[in-house]
Parts: sequence; C-alpha cells; structure tokens
Amino acid sequence: MSIPAELQYTSEHEWVRIDGDLAVVGITQYAADALGDIVYVDLPKVGRAITAGSVVGEAESTKSVGELFAPVSGDIVEANQSVVDSPELVNSDPYGTGWLFSVRVSSLGDLISADAYAALIAE
Amino acid sequence: MTESLKLSPLDAIHRALGASFTDFAGWDMPVRYSSDLAEHHAVRTAAGIFDLSHMAEIYMVGPGAGAAIDFALSGTLSNIPLGRAKYSLLLNDEGCILDDLVVYRTGDEEFLVVANAGNRFVAVEAIRERARGFECVVRDDSDTVALVAIQGPNSFDILDNIDGLEVDGLAELGYYRCLSATFRGTAVLIGRTGYTGEDGFEIYIPATDAAELWRAATDAGETRGLQACGLACRDTLRLEAGMPLYGHELNTFLKPVQVNAARAVDQTKDNFVGRDGVMAGVSAGAAVLVGLQSDGKRAGRADYAVQSNGRTIGTVTSGALSPTLGYPIAFALVEPDFAELGKVVDIDVRGTAIPATVVSLPFYSRKARA
Repeated sequence: MSIPAELQYTSEHEWVRIDGDLAVVGITQYAADALGDIVYVDLPKVGRAITAGSVVGEAESTKSVGELFAPVSGDIVEANQSVVDSPELVNSDPYGTGWLFSVRVSSLGDLISADAYAALIAE
Repeated sequence: MTESLKLSPLDAIHRALGASFTDFAGWDMPVRYSSDLAEHHAVRTAAGIFDLSHMAEIYMVGPGAGAAIDFALSGTLSNIPLGRAKYSLLLNDEGCILDDLVVYRTGDEEFLVVANAGNRFVAVEAIRERARGFECVVRDDSDTVALVAIQGPNSFDILDNIDGLEVDGLAELGYYRCLSATFRGTAVLIGRTGYTGEDGFEIYIPATDAAELWRAATDAGETRGLQACGLACRDTLRLEAGMPLYGHELNTFLKPVQVNAARAVDQTKDNFVGRDGVMAGVSAGAAVLVGLQSDGKRAGRADYAVQSNGRTIGTVTSGALSPTLGYPIAFALVEPDFAELGKVVDIDVRGTAIPATVVSLPFYSRKARA
C-alpha cells in the first residue's frame, strides 16, 4: 500500500501536497482500492470557497459512493478535468495524474503525517 | 475481520491472489481480486471464475420428495425431468417471498435446492417443517458442498479442457440443465446455470476437492481469458441481466406478482404454502418492480427515492452505472401508475433529480448483442 512520506493526510483518506499557499488534494490509494473502480467524479468549481471538513464533491465506483471532504480551507484554484473525463486515473495513479483539485489555502484542517495515516488504516 | 465469519474452502487461494474481502451473509468472501470493471468485462467477453461456496445446498430425498417439494415451493417441481433445473420461490403463508432458489432434479427421488446464503437457515427450517408428513428427508449439505461457477462465452471451452474433469454430453447440455460428472474420481454436479446473463456453468463439488478444481480450472483458463471474479462484479452482471437479488428486489413483504416472478408460481397446484396469499392478490396501489435507465453517469443506488413532480412514488432497490452499456441502470419498486414502459420519473441522487425512463428487462441480453 503506497503512502508517500512527503504528503500529508486526513482521516477521511485524502492526501494533501502543500507547496507554499497552494494545496493539491487527492484520495489515497487505500481509499481508491476500497471504493473499487471509480466511474464518476464530481469536483468543486474553480473559485469556490471551501471550508475544511465540509463535503465538496463525490467519487462514485460501480459499488459505492464516497464523499470528498475539503482537507483545508481556501479557494479552489483548479479542478482536474482529466479525472472527470477518465475517473479510472484515481485508481491507477492516485498520487499523480489522479489528483482531484487544488486550493489556495487560507487555513489548514486537521492533517496527519504519513506514519500516522499508515497507523490509522492498519487499525 | 470478525472471528465468527465463515471461510470458504477456497479461502487460501483467494488470499494468495490478493483479493479484497467482504462480509457476505456471515461469510468472508472475495469482493474483487483487482478491478470490478475488468472482472465484469472478462465475463462478458471471455470468462470469469467465481467462488459461490457460501450458497446453501439443501437436498430433498425420498419417495415423497416430489410431493414434498411441490408443497414446500411455489412451482411444480415434481414433474421436471432428471437433469433439469428450475427457478422457484419459497413463500410464507401470506404468499410473500422468503427466498428465491434454483432447484435441480438430481435423481428420481432426489432434488437439490440451492438457496441464498443469507436465507440458509430460514430455508432449511421451512423446508424441513413443510416436508414433515411426506416420505422425504431434508439434508442441509451447505457446509460440505462448495460451488465454483465459470461464466462467460469461453466457459464451455474451459470446462472442456479442465484436466481430470470427466463428463459426457457437456456440449449438448442445454441452459438450465444439469448432469453428473467426476473430477479426479470425485462425483460433481454440473449445471448450465448462472447469475450473470452469459453462458456458463456451476459446479457443485465436495468442499475438500474445491481447491483442486479451482486450480485445474484456472490452468485451463489461462489461455482462454479466464479471470477470477468477486462478488462486486457478480452484482453488476446480474443487475444488467435483470436478475433480482434477495434483500433488494425480493423480500418478505413482496408477492411474486409485484416483482415479475408470477411465472415461478403454479397457481393450478392444489396445495402449497402461500397459495391462499398468492390467490388473494395484491392491493390496488401495491408497488411493482421496474427497470430504469438514465443518461449520463450518475447512478441511483439502493434506497434512493424515485419521484414524479417532486412526489416520492417509489424506491430504487439496486442501481449502478452499467459497465457494459455505459449508462446508469436500476431496479425500482414504484407505484403501479408509473410502471408503464416509457414513463419518465426522477431518481433523487443525493439531492439532484436525475431523469430515468422505465424500460423493459433485461437491460442487457447476450442474444440481443449477437
């Protein structure tokens, strides 16, 4: 199970890559595997203000629906059109081309380290 | 994993293959090995192998077995010839559905009744109770019988090449027929039955020999596109094929006529459990099962409301973005006024009304594709 050490995580199985005041967000491989093949992704619109912890979108697989939570507060800078067009990217490359959206961060939410996330999913 | 979950005789194989597991009716069963979609497409285009050892195998044996099964179940089973299978229902006194089953005639005085895992004890107890007074022994072999299904257009070719499977007449075996065979000296029952909408076979084998059969089948399938398949794709396959799933489209509050299952009931039989309830019919507004089709990619799911002009007129019982068809499909129980083909309703998909059209079942048919 891949959990890149350089990323930060949430208990909702999302990852966040912080670069200055920009955060790139996706779901973890663990979450993607648990959902199964993702067939539909609904992402927040560019410019929308989001609040850490609130529901901002959905990822649907053949079997189930997963809500996407805002891991940080701020404004949506970009939504990844590639995963809207090809949702399977979330399964095949969750930390790379399968990223979901980016945020201009005003404040961080409750983020945890890779080690803490690994411990969380091992429970 | 809870310790109380039952393990399939093929459990070690699934773990070695890296399967993900789910609690299915108290069994720890593979939900997928790699990808639901890849497994689904493998069954539609080549073949898939499924472990269905959680299913319940109940034998009814004796000179009175025919009379007993006709009393216990909805159809007339006593007159089906040796080597035939038939879909049937277990009804309660009110004529509502306790389980749906496949019955195989395995001997002059022997029937194999295959029940859903979740209804095993309900079915065994009901059939035992109903067989009382007949010359019929009811035997629950669920713990000692494993079930391996091979489904898809290449399934015959694969069975034909399983090393050690000795069987006569497999090529001529028609749909919903069964025959006895041996696998490396062990007696097995092969049914040309399934739950996927494709050609395919189900092999009933003693649990102790199931792993050897699985390996031999996967060896034969290696050059024939055979994919190990979990319960996730089994659900999307059966949904496309318009087949009901107990607990979703069928339950103890529904009568057969509401769920397109009246054909499984023989009302001409003198006496069977549920007859009075069936004959009484249903109230005028009783919900009926329909197929729904939508555009786009957003699928209704079980328990989502079905609406018309904002008023709730039904409930989705199963739904998915159809992997084969590419659009959302669903089963729903709706008020009879909305059951007509072509009727347009809305599915409330988490707050968004998604239009859906009532369509004929099945959603997918291999014959229509050919």
